[in-house]
Amino acid sequence: MGEEAGMQLNREALTRAYRQMKLIREFEERLHEEIQTGEIAGFTHLYCGQEAVAVGVCEHLSERDKIVSTHRGHGHCLAKGCDVTGMMKEIWGSQEGLCNGKGGSMHIADIDKGMLGANGIVGAGAPIAVGAALSNKIDGPDENGKLAVSIAFSGDGACNQGTTFEAMNLAVVTKAPAIFVFENNHYSEHTGDAYAVGTAQDIASRAEAFGMKVWRADGTDFFSVYDTFGEVLEFVRTPGNGPAAVEFDTERFFGHFEGDPQRYRGEGELDRLRATRDCLRKFREKVTGAKLLTDADLDAVDTDALGTIEQAVADSRAAARPQPENVLENVYISY
Amino acid sequence: MAKMMYRDAIRGTIFQEMQRDPRVVVLGEDVVGGMGTAGGPEAIGGIWSTSTGFYEAFGPDRVIDTPISESAIMGAAGGLALAGKRPVAEIMFADFIGVCMDQLWNQIAKFRYMFGGKSVCPAVIRMPCGAGYNAAAQHSQMISQFVTSMPGLKVVMPATPADACGLLRQAIRDDDPVVFLEHKFLYAMTGEVPDDPDFVIPFGHARLARAGEDVTIVASGMMVGYAETAADDLAQDGVGCDVIDLRTTSPLDEEAILDSVEVTGRLVIVDEAPPRCSLATDIAALVANKAFASLKAPIEMVTAPHTPVPFARELEGAYLPSPAKVAAAVRKTLAYR
Repeated sequence: MGEEAGMQLNREALTRAYRQMKLIREFEERLHEEIQTGEIAGFTHLYCGQEAVAVGVCEHLSERDKIVSTHRGHGHCLAKGCDVTGMMKEIWGSQEGLCNGKGGSMHIADIDKGMLGANGIVGAGAPIAVGAALSNKIDGPDENGKLAVSIAFSGDGACNQGTTFEAMNLAVVTKAPAIFVFENNHYSEHTGDAYAVGTAQDIASRAEAFGMKVWRADGTDFFSVYDTFGEVLEFVRTPGNGPAAVEFDTERFFGHFEGDPQRYRGEGELDRLRATRDCLRKFREKVTGAKLLTDADLDAVDTDALGTIEQAVADSRAAARPQPENVLENVYISY
Repeated sequence: MAKMMYRDAIRGTIFQEMQRDPRVVVLGEDVVGGMGTAGGPEAIGGIWSTSTGFYEAFGPDRVIDTPISESAIMGAAGGLALAGKRPVAEIMFADFIGVCMDQLWNQIAKFRYMFGGKSVCPAVIRMPCGAGYNAAAQHSQMISQFVTSMPGLKVVMPATPADACGLLRQAIRDDDPVVFLEHKFLYAMTGEVPDDPDFVIPFGHARLARAGEDVTIVASGMMVGYAETAADDLAQDGVGCDVIDLRTTSPLDEEAILDSVEVTGRLVIVDEAPPRCSLATDIAALVANKAFASLKAPIEMVTAPHTPVPFARELEGAYLPSPAKVAAAVRKTLAYR
């Protein structure tokens, strides 16, 4: 266990990673409660259970690196540095939201942070990420000889879209510094990967067939994600290597969307996943076991994260609403 | 001024803009051509000869020859633009919009609005379009009706080499996504093009191609030439027509149309697309709504029929509008009492 590179992180970095995961968890748990009251409009897809992937990936990145996310995008947005209150306000539909209430849960973006958008269309993000990677390639390596990268987060649903295949092939052909991160949470909407991913193998093997170097890791273990992605990144940042892919085996603790009755789940499945596949619980066990952080350290982070979410919700409730005339704004830059 | 073909105006404008601005990049199928073959790069140079010499001048990072993957081309154009580049993507035939509609309609067109005005997506999507080559149902269509209906896109339909140059330069320098509908049948058209490397034609300003006070003819793309021919023929008989070349269908120069109809009271719209839910019906609705009192006769529309584009020469000829059909429509509206 102590062999893992992630375990070599200093206290500050470990605390930060845990805080990011906890913030996502509390963000989503709170939305799960709030949505049931009917106060929040629209469709919401929660990232709960997959936090170690977003954080284990994004803790390696700088603002030069770009990500393109999915309909289940809150975790990626927070991990890439989007403002938590701005995001909450956006989900509340406020004029003060990150996208002025024009986008909502499925379209959160912050270009300056390198977050090129969540996306309501499954599989649509991969070509956009390749475009951003081609831009990175044109910009060339930095003073250390390393390229900025662009990451397409995709699930086991998106891996069946032709756009994803086209994007993987284009990235290989052009040697674009793109990374295809497949989060296999085993459900594409309401259908199991055992059925929908029509292969005896896995998603990574598809990327491999396009000629990419691939990695596989446990997506419920921050250290597994962090260490694995570090290797992926090292490879793709090196000019001339081109793209790579990684598949993380992870879990979705809520339904496809909020309100999904999840009749497809097995008896006791969610309780079992929460007990055995919870990335926050695993993180706590590892770092306290190795005496890197104490329970008290982590409890303090928990309290802090809860307070941040509490404040974000309060601010969102009080935030300015958009006005009807705002509907006409922001279609074009010049008319 | 220099006399050149429509296709060379397009090629030259992109080339100059690539020289001027390192953010301008080209991508598409066979825009280099010959990649991975014995013939080597530039064996093709773009099937429309609109990117000949680019690869040699600017290299593979900025002249990106793609596999046959329209969704990836369109999506990559969106990603390049969001990341700060100014992509000029070619969809070899506009008809292929069917395989990449999501990336255009749900992504590129909507980024800015969905993201609350905090992003720019300066992508130019070139779509060679239109009939005239007997290329049949999947390689001949006019798609102006689809893209004009999409909020977030600007849509350009140049009718002359000079307009192809000035409008394309504006498209490349514009910060919004632009669909550039160049007509395949106009590629060999020659005309004078200004030498000024900063010659741009602003969007949303129609061109008065012919002036007259009896009938207004509104057209775009290849239809402009048909309307001009009809107007010249009618002038022999003492009939004066305003021929309004829209240049861009989004934004639409409503004022130019309405001002003309206020004078003439008679309107003929020429549109290469089928007749339902089209540019023609859109403009007819505009005039009926905003210039009803000026109208002296029902609005006439010369369009393709509600059929796919046929193959045989006789059939495609019957399908397309023509100067004779335009002239007949003008005479019909003049005959109305």
